[in-house]
This record gives sequence, structure tokens and C-alpha cells, in this order.
Amino acid sequence: MENYLLAMAVFAGCYALMALGLNLIFGLAGMVNLGLVGFFAVGAYASALLTVKLHLPMLVGWAAAIALASLLGAAMALITARLRGDYLAIVTLGFAEVIRLAASNEIWLTNGTDGISAIPAPGRGVLSPLLFNLQFVVIVWAVVGLAAWALARLSAAPFGRVLRAIREDDMIAAVAGKRVLAFKVQAFALGAGLLGLAGALYAHFNAYIAPDGFQPLITIYVVLALTAGGTGTMRGAVLGAVLVIALTESTRFFGGVIPWLKPVQFAALREAAIGLALILVLYYRPDGIIPERIQPQEPA
Amino acid sequence: MIGDFPQLLINGLLAGTQLAVPAIGFTTVFAVLRFPNFAVASHATIGAYAGYLANTALGLPAGAALLVAFLVAGAFGVASDEIVLRRLRTAGPLTVAIASVALTIVLENAVRFAFGNDPRGYDLAVLRDWRVDLGWLGRVRIGPQQVINAGAAAIAMAVLFGFLGFTRTGKMMRAVADNPILAALKGINAETVARLANFIGMGLAGYGGMLIAMDTAVDPLTGFRVMLSIFAAAVVGGLGSIPGAVLGAFVIGVGEELSVLVFDPTYRTAVGFFAILIVLTLRPRGLLGERAV
Repeated sequence: MENYLLAMAVFAGCYALMALGLNLIFGLAGMVNLGLVGFFAVGAYASALLTVKLHLPMLVGWAAAIALASLLGAAMALITARLRGDYLAIVTLGFAEVIRLAASNEIWLTNGTDGISAIPAPGRGVLSPLLFNLQFVVIVWAVVGLAAWALARLSAAPFGRVLRAIREDDMIAAVAGKRVLAFKVQAFALGAGLLGLAGALYAHFNAYIAPDGFQPLITIYVVLALTAGGTGTMRGAVLGAVLVIALTESTRFFGGVIPWLKPVQFAALREAAIGLALILVLYYRPDGIIPERIQPQEPA
Repeated sequence: MIGDFPQLLINGLLAGTQLAVPAIGFTTVFAVLRFPNFAVASHATIGAYAGYLANTALGLPAGAALLVAFLVAGAFGVASDEIVLRRLRTAGPLTVAIASVALTIVLENAVRFAFGNDPRGYDLAVLRDWRVDLGWLGRVRIGPQQVINAGAAAIAMAVLFGFLGFTRTGKMMRAVADNPILAALKGINAETVARLANFIGMGLAGYGGMLIAMDTAVDPLTGFRVMLSIFAAAVVGGLGSIPGAVLGAFVIGVGEELSVLVFDPTYRTAVGFFAILIVLTLRPRGLLGERAV
């Protein structure tokens, strides 16, 4: 049970990191990203392949995960930056599907649907499972804390103010002399980097990744986390991620409650609950539990 | 390899005709309501299942079952907009688009709850492929079911074009899509037109979903699998343009088939994504669309 709870704490940390990445892209800069799981998968595969096939150190894998996801994020933002948000929604959704397709089919690289196993992590097999999980909880949440702190600083800095201005009306931001395209690309790349890092952390903790693990539902988990927690605030993003994990994991234990339910029906109910939760949050708590408060600017 | 070209072209044109139906549905909803309704995927699945029940449980022929698919998916489209999406419209198109993703997950799982994950087939006569000799171009095989499906798709499109072009209600819809403020000034009720757009759009998604399922199988992911191709057809043709969606569907249908000449067949669905990227880079408003910025 302790092992399970610690593993859930690690997963919650990964979701928190993704929610933070989405918060930068969507919460601050107002760009939709419905392909979160694609960037997550890119990070996971990049780090896993570099450490398993080339035996590079884990930290190099993480850096590569951030770099590759950022690069793809920048490309995505560049192509769609001047278009309406609907196009970005479609493009990112498609991106995630193509990544999953490539992961299933480029067997020479990714082992296809068999996935990659034995992804290294410090202390695996040496430490007891409990200590190993505990160590990873500390690592992941240290990364989350660092990212949340850095993003909160960034959000309060002129950079964050420009992003919010672009979110509200990019025409006005452009008239005020801000290079809107550059800001959008930077925000998207930085946010995508965090998504990639979350994937790398997940891959090394889980030791095994496969295309099946990167379902579009994960994107919805993260969107739900950010919306429920509070779009635009870093604490909200982290809180939302913890709540989403608590929700999805606690429903797991209701399986025995209704005995006539088939396993497939129960699984369908659990997935539907996530979609329903997102709709309900959008109705009743669109600003989230910790709503964004914009500090009035002190007169200079 | 190049000898396969005529065969692939025919396959692509037939597939494109089928794809045009849900693509028109998606673009119709976009034209009137101004947001990409991702629930088109689950409505295609719902249509496929409604047609499956009509065909196997009620014993209706495929043509009548297609009509059932249209009506049931259309009714679901109106209901889901009334219950879920309409209230979020004031929060902006992106919020509605995100909610439509959540909605499609709820509906897909409702289908999974009711029917399970096992693929099901329609009660259709098994027909032998036609073999046609094209002289120096070689021989091609044509599946009669695909031709029937393409014919059914063409009928649906002809009816829709007739409706939009010649009836008063159809002209009302086009007016709202073209200029909602002017249409409101002329006394056209935007909510009525929105309901109609949802009924027709999601109905066509269901109709197209059943056509595609007749070619393959019905399962809870039937609509989701073709979602990217539907978006691609609509974006390539120009979001909101119905003739554009038809043209886009042919481009995507033929492109997916011809991609087999160069790439592994498993990458067919990626064609749509790259078509979207190319079009957005070179001609963001699509082949026949009007505005994208």
C-alpha cells in the first residue's frame, strides 16, 4: 500500500509538471494545446532511447527530452501562431496521434507496440522498492517545486505580463510594440519542454513505456487538472493535478461495489467520469479552485 | 509499384466520397457555431451503432438503416448541444471546443458501456469484387460495397446541396454562416439555425460514420479513428466551407491511398496531419475557405 501511494505521488508529480507546462502555454499565453500527451510521449521516448540504446546518463536523456519537445512545440506554434485558436486545437490533437502512430510503427527505433523496457534509473534493484519509490517522489516533486517557482517568477515578470496581454488581445499587444510571434513561440516551446520533461521522469520511474500508455485521455486529465485547479496560477495547476490523480485512483476501488458491472463497463464509467468532471468544472468553477488574480500595476 | 496507381486512385476517390459526408457535418457545425466540435467523432460512432441496431435488430435494409443513423446522430447532436455545449458558448469558442473533447469521451464511453469493445458487423450481402480491365493501365478491382457506399454518400450530399440552395430554411442557414449579425437584423433566429446546424451536422457525421463502419466494422472507436481525416478534409478545403469539405475529402482520401506508394500503409492516417500542416503554412484559409485569422 505504501508503495502504491508513493507511486501515485510520482504520477501526480508528472501530471503536475504537465499542468504547469499547459499553464504557461494556455493559462498565460492563451494558446490551446490538445496534444499534451504527444509532447509527453516525445520526452519519454527521447530519454528512454538515449539511456537504453546509447547508454547515456539519465540527465542527458532528460535534457534531450526537454530540447526535443521544445523544438516540436516551437515548430507547432510557428505554423499556427497567426491563425485562430481552433486551428491550433486541431493541429495539436493531430500531432499527438501522429506521435503515437510513429511510436507504434517505427519498430527499429521504438520496438513498436512491445514498447521499451528496462529503462534505467538510479538505485533500481539496489534500493528496496519502498526506498526507490520514495527517492523518486523526492526527485519528481523537487522538479515540480522548482518549475512552479520559476514559472511563478516568470509569470510576475514582464514576460508573464506580455503573455497575459497576448492572451487577452494579441492585436493590442502587437500595437504596444510587443513581438507577439516571438513571445508565443517562446511560451509554447518552454511549456512543451516541461511536458517533455514530465514524460522523461515518467519513463525512468516506470522503467517501461509503450504507445498504449500515451492515450489521448491523458491530455484530458491534464486539461482537467489545470481547469479545476485554476487556469493561470501555478499553485492551482499543481493542486489540480493532485486532485485528478486522487479522483482517477479512488474510483478504481469502486469496482466491487456494483457486482453486475462487467470490467469493460466499469472502465467505461471511469473514463466517462473524467470527461463529465471536466464539463462540470467548466460549468460551475471555470476559474478553478485557486482563481487567477491579476495584481494591479503600481503607478511608476 | 506505379502499376498500382489506377487501383489506388479509384480506392482513394471512393474513400474520399465517404469521408466527405462527416467532413461536411464538421464544417457545417463550424460554419454556423464558429467552433471546432470535436464530438463529431463520437457522433459518427453513435450513428454507426444506431444503424447497426436498425440493420441487425430491426432487420432494416442498409439504406433505411443509414437514415436511422442520420436521425439518431442528429438527435444526439441537438441534445448534447442543448444540455452541454450551449451554456458554455458565452465563455468563448475555445472553452466550447475543449468541452466538446470532454463530451466526445463521455459519449464514446456511453457506447462502450452499452455495447462493449467487440467489433460488430452489419448484415450485408457479401458481394464479389468487380474486376475491370483498363487496357494498358492494367486491371483494377472494385468492391461493390464501396461503390454503393459512395453512391449513398453522393445522395446525402445532393440532398444537402438541394436543401441549402433551394429551400428557405437552407438559405437562412447560409445567411447565418455568412454574416450572423446581418442575419439577426433580418429577423433570423440564431438559436433555431444553431439547432438545425447541429442536427444536420451531427446527423451527417452519423451517416458518414455508418458508411465508414460498413467498410470496416462498428466498435466504440469507429469515429475516433477517422477523426483526423475528417478534420484534415475540412481544414484543407477551408473550415466552414461545404464545397471545400468535399474537395478536401477527395484530397485526403486520394492522398491517404497514394501515400502507400511512398510510406508504410500504417502511416495512412498521418497523411491528414501533414496535409493540415502544409495547407496551414501555404494557404491558411484552405482551398475554398474564406477566413482563418
